[in-house]
Amino acid sequence: MLAMTYQGPYRVRLERRPDPFIEHPNDAIVRVTRACICGSDLHLYHGLVPDTRVGSTFGHEFTGIVEEVGPSVQNLKVGDHVLVPFNISCGSCFYCQKELFGNCDNVNPGSAAVGGLFGYSHTAGGYDGGQAEFVRVPLADIGPMKIPQDLDLDNAVLLTDAYPTGYQAAEMGEIKEGDTVVVFGAGPVGIFAAKSAWLLGAGRVIVVDHLEYRLEFVQNFAQCEILNFKEVDDIPFHLKKMTDGRGPDVCIDAVGAEAAGSTFHKLTGLKLKMQAGSATAIQWAINSVRKGGVVSIVGVYGPTFNMVPIGNAVNKGLTLRMNQASVKRHLPRLIEHIQEGRIDPKKVISHRIPLEEISDAYHIFSSKLDHCIKPILIPPSSMH
Amino acid sequence: MESNNQRLTNIVGWGADLEPSKRPAYPKERTPPRFINPHWADKPSQQVPRFRVFKSIDLPQLTPIFGTSVPPQGLSGAIRSWAYKINENKARHWFLLLFADRVNVIEGFFSDLSKGYFPKIFSEMGWKAEWKYNRSGAVKKMAIAGGIIGLGAFLLMRRRSPQISWAQEEYDF
Repeated sequence: MLAMTYQGPYRVRLERRPDPFIEHPNDAIVRVTRACICGSDLHLYHGLVPDTRVGSTFGHEFTGIVEEVGPSVQNLKVGDHVLVPFNISCGSCFYCQKELFGNCDNVNPGSAAVGGLFGYSHTAGGYDGGQAEFVRVPLADIGPMKIPQDLDLDNAVLLTDAYPTGYQAAEMGEIKEGDTVVVFGAGPVGIFAAKSAWLLGAGRVIVVDHLEYRLEFVQNFAQCEILNFKEVDDIPFHLKKMTDGRGPDVCIDAVGAEAAGSTFHKLTGLKLKMQAGSATAIQWAINSVRKGGVVSIVGVYGPTFNMVPIGNAVNKGLTLRMNQASVKRHLPRLIEHIQEGRIDPKKVISHRIPLEEISDAYHIFSSKLDHCIKPILIPPSSMH
Repeated sequence: MESNNQRLTNIVGWGADLEPSKRPAYPKERTPPRFINPHWADKPSQQVPRFRVFKSIDLPQLTPIFGTSVPPQGLSGAIRSWAYKINENKARHWFLLLFADRVNVIEGFFSDLSKGYFPKIFSEMGWKAEWKYNRSGAVKKMAIAGGIIGLGAFLLMRRRSPQISWAQEEYDF
């Protein structure tokens, strides 16, 4: 089969790899119909995630048609068109039994801290991802969901990660009616977090970024205020001025380890590896939010440590909430939102790129060329 | 000027999930879980490894399910093996893995050569897109790279030339 393969930092290519096969009785083999490149894939692409092996295939956002099922699979049959949540979960462990499907204990031998994710290094279980023609989907009776007839395929693929992660970011903010919510990052997850903040009853939503085209997009898509951090001297100070001197009630970090905005964090986090990525967005979130407020983090960081102003968080009495999105528990409600016309996630898709052009696709997204917001990859068999 | 309430009513779906009961992940932990129905009692049956699978020493045993993306191999595999003997709490566990990743890149390059394939590095880095969408940036990067290579070559040659003249002088003598 054709599959994207990692060759080293900033280098990926399309290669022929052996087709995946049933390795466990509850596996399914899925022929991919849509796959996205996620902002967090860029951390892999930039060589920041430990145990990312040359030859591995990325991609944790994908839909596909079931080609084969293992002998114990009961809920899927050949021909079903499914969306596959990015987290792999067993359904029966201590965490899955609490609906924390992103924290499953039975799917990642490489780390006790991380769940199992498709196409996200051996630190996240060593699974191949969906940026390929075919993919092995373990525990097929738990994760995948049959795509409802009336759900657009482009919306379905965004339900595998980006939209649920943005929604959960807002939900973890514990938003109350009339709250002021600041979202750091106008990438797809930040865009969905901003839109979701309204659904949760926010009174004011402000999105912070430095890419003007993304700020313009989110302003139209989520009807929010925008702030270009390059145009102000100090973000926390400016946000306080915008909010009667107190600061926002909720701050959301939808950026993660490669945040711009601080030379110190970029140097120590990205160049010297003295911390697990650039913690600029967390620092801004903690220092901006009002006392007693909530900071919600869905940005992806490395496993070592980051320099964050935890003392300020203590002194301000903040609530810090964070997790990988527990996609499965969000799906029914988020599909309702789409069906009711409250949100149309597919509008964030800016580029539709054949899988064969994977190297260019990664570069366009990584370098923010051609006003890229969300690239979607189409395998050759789904091009028509 | 419209009031804040008027503005909010213009936002499609505003407050649809205002009630906590409407929020899909509220409360944070919810038992029994909805939407799933595993047909195994405790955990799934054990997947059989086809090649060496590293296990974090922070875990009691190999997990029932695991990925089979790329087997560990060569020097990078040996370094990874070493890393997985160290607890995740220790930074050196992660730094060793990152080091192994870099070694693996060099191994990958030589693996390509051994198969008679010379990697198209510029193509793999998406330079076609860079040329199409950011031509001035591409030219600038090439100029900088050319300058660095040129400077390096100049410095190397400059260092070498006195040695040659010194050797010649000695020979002449």
